[in-house]
Amino acid sequence: MIRFDNYSFWYPGAAEPALCSVDLAIEEGELALVIGLTGSGKSTLLRSVNGLVPRFTGGHVEGRVVTSGRDSRDHPPREFSGTVGVVGQDPAAGFVTDTVEEELAYGMEQLAVPPQQMRRRVEDVLDLLAIAQLRRRALRTLSGGEQQRVALGSVLTASPRVLVLDEPTSALDPAAAEDALAAVLRLVHDLGVTVLAAEHRLERVVEYADRLVLVDARLVTDGCPASMLRDAPLAPPVVELGRLAGWDPLPLSVRDARRAAGPLRRQLADLRPRPRMSPAPGSATEGLVARSVVVRYGDTVAVRAVDFEAAPGEVVALMGRNGSGKSSLLWTLQGSVGRASGSVRVAGQDPARLSRSAAAGLIALVPQQATDLLYHDSVGSECAAVDRAARVPAGTARGVFERLVGGAVTGADVHPRDLSDGQRLALALAVQLSAGPRVLLLDEPTRGLDYAAKARLRAILAELAEDGHAVVVATHDVEFVAHAADRVVVLAEGVVVASATTEHALAASPVFAPQVAKVMAPQEWLTVEQVACALGDRAVRHG
Amino acid sequence: MVALAPRVSGSAWGVYWIPRALHPLAWWLWALGLAVAASRTTNPLLLGAVVGVATWVVLARRSDAPWSRAFKFYVAAGLVVVLLRVVFRVIFGGGQGATVLLHLPEFVLPQPAAGIHLFGDVTAESLLVGAYDGLRLATMLICLGAANALANPRRLLRSMPPALHELSTAVVVALSVFPQLAESVVRVTRARRLRPGSDRRGFSAIRSTVIPVLEDALDRSLLLASSMDSRGYGRSGDRSRRTSSLTAALMVTGLAGICVGVYALLDGTTPRFLAAPALATGVVVGVGGIASSGRGVTRSTYRPDRWRAPELVTVSAGLSAALLVYLTSHVDPGNLNPSLSPLSWPQLPALALFGILLGLVPAFVTPHAVGVESQRR
Repeated sequence: MIRFDNYSFWYPGAAEPALCSVDLAIEEGELALVIGLTGSGKSTLLRSVNGLVPRFTGGHVEGRVVTSGRDSRDHPPREFSGTVGVVGQDPAAGFVTDTVEEELAYGMEQLAVPPQQMRRRVEDVLDLLAIAQLRRRALRTLSGGEQQRVALGSVLTASPRVLVLDEPTSALDPAAAEDALAAVLRLVHDLGVTVLAAEHRLERVVEYADRLVLVDARLVTDGCPASMLRDAPLAPPVVELGRLAGWDPLPLSVRDARRAAGPLRRQLADLRPRPRMSPAPGSATEGLVARSVVVRYGDTVAVRAVDFEAAPGEVVALMGRNGSGKSSLLWTLQGSVGRASGSVRVAGQDPARLSRSAAAGLIALVPQQATDLLYHDSVGSECAAVDRAARVPAGTARGVFERLVGGAVTGADVHPRDLSDGQRLALALAVQLSAGPRVLLLDEPTRGLDYAAKARLRAILAELAEDGHAVVVATHDVEFVAHAADRVVVLAEGVVVASATTEHALAASPVFAPQVAKVMAPQEWLTVEQVACALGDRAVRHG
Repeated sequence: MVALAPRVSGSAWGVYWIPRALHPLAWWLWALGLAVAASRTTNPLLLGAVVGVATWVVLARRSDAPWSRAFKFYVAAGLVVVLLRVVFRVIFGGGQGATVLLHLPEFVLPQPAAGIHLFGDVTAESLLVGAYDGLRLATMLICLGAANALANPRRLLRSMPPALHELSTAVVVALSVFPQLAESVVRVTRARRLRPGSDRRGFSAIRSTVIPVLEDALDRSLLLASSMDSRGYGRSGDRSRRTSSLTAALMVTGLAGICVGVYALLDGTTPRFLAAPALATGVVVGVGGIASSGRGVTRSTYRPDRWRAPELVTVSAGLSAALLVYLTSHVDPGNLNPSLSPLSWPQLPALALFGILLGLVPAFVTPHAVGVESQRR
């Protein structure tokens, strides 16, 4: 269905190819999952299928890509609109019209599908994706999960034989991501659509994949998931657990792993996860204390009388579905968004009452789009500007940045946009840390980060906590929380519905439980590292 | 609203009443009719009637879409227009007319602006001239607002001939850029305040907002362009080279004809054969060009707006309002523009009022609207 023949691609002016001699064949009806580190060329590979690369990027191509008999060298992307449907990370950015029904029909209008047939197909797709109740809604008022399903529907109405999905769930909360993925799986199973998808959070999809395509350092290899994952550089927790326990065949789903995990559970029955290494947190009065905070926007109450605290040395995760008030709470704690009532104290002072620069020395927030903070044209000038603004010795911010990216030296003249997502986040962090705040708030920092970058971020947060910072992370990413957080606070409709240690908060919840916890239940193991540690201890004791 | 409810279901009468959005062109023609009627008169009673009719119909037949709620802004803009006119009359009025309402000290500006008088006696006549004029403008504005509230302007673009499809898509995309730009300005300004030492103002503050916003806009437009392309926008079908050059020639000739014709119509000294005949030829050739280019377009329309009886009713209501006011201007011109010297109460010309009230018909005999749901359930 999709064939890459000795395909290589160079971005304009690049000496090294972004993809090198790719040979790949995806058969009709397959679900092929593309995995790889950030910046490895996954998106380039996906966008080559209908010729968006190189038509929208420029650059040099060798070899060819043939999709259902059409060569992308001879046909522009629009000629593929009837055979290939492309859905990107940000569905809202691709919407052309303003209501759901018109958006669904847009592609068919371009293909000159007769009106009768159009009506019919729109109704079919509304049912297929269970979005019939949204048909008259304005696109901008939809939630993220709804938008992603509409985006999927809008390419489906043109009845493509191939779907190309570029990280379709990266912007969604766990429940919305389940919705979108369920829709995709239904298409694969019921309609036999060929799907080529990239996805960061492997744990959600890998069990359904027929073929795994690994993009690593410009080279592309493919094969059956279970064998590819034996030594792939990135793997979901359940696979890592399988590798650790030496299960064969390697389980890809929680169900398979649970069936294989009986002996492991027995072996660990009398052990408990080792307590976290983080030092006993200080008193919250030194960190952040908020009492009955209320935030309202007009008639909507975003945060309803929330009590919240974070002590120095502690990493607190703030969870909850989209629109549950996480961001509002963070912005209010930082002091930029006014609160209707309640009190916030950082080391005894109210940041909302201080000047901006005084507040920046107490509490810092890294917003969801970290790039909004950056506006200089190079890493060097960005750091220098911050040093001047925060009145700290020259080189401070640069030093922090280099520590955060782990000494991976980047030239001072690199443009912030040319950094990887993880490095850009580190730069934004360095900017915000330069004034020496005691409390650090991060809004959805893991968006767009791969496993390696997340592990790096985890280490950064642990270091900051060790230095005596109080760290608060708002996130959807359960596996990240399982590793990084000491305590979890769950918000729903602006109210705290749970506040407990990570073990208690995550293990008990069907939605928030990480994969390892599901496999090992009722024992309270959250991460592969904990299990590995316990097994190691046991081996030492017995040896 | 008392509607003539259908008594017999299953008849054509029942079909007539099925709630639906009327063809946007019908609402626009209706509103234009009212606006033309308003433009022919300064009689405040008639203008008030036009505003009342427009408001009534909007309240009765608008949907709950976001653009429908913008009607109140047009009304507010109308009020501002009237107020401004009156205030200008007070400031620059210079006291024409005899009925002095208020004595204000008069200022004569010094040399560079000599001859301009500020304030002075405020007379009823000059205030009324301002108010009547402002009211006329405000009424036309409100008619426009009514059209906007009743018919989605984007749907109006959709009912354009297929040849103009590219153009109307461009307009739609441009329209959606502005709310997005506003959103990202708000987001970036908020983020900028988080940065340490960002209390500075001036150039660096502007730069720190503008650069991320523009980057954002650029990214979005590239994404949108690639999304539109991969969904088939701009597929050319099999238009031959000859047809496209024929189309281009027809369009250019048509436009030239229209330009010459309009110029000649407005300028009395141009030879008459260049006026109406040139305009007519230009229109015909231009329509030919649009038709010829439309033939090569391989595209279809989802749920095209249909032109049925309610649309005819709506359009004729609007047009008869314009027609009857126009007739009144021949029969009874005095009452359309009430006299200010001597000052007199405006009279109500019956024929014109009847015409304007005809504009109310769509509020009763058109089907209800179904709109876009902009709120979450």
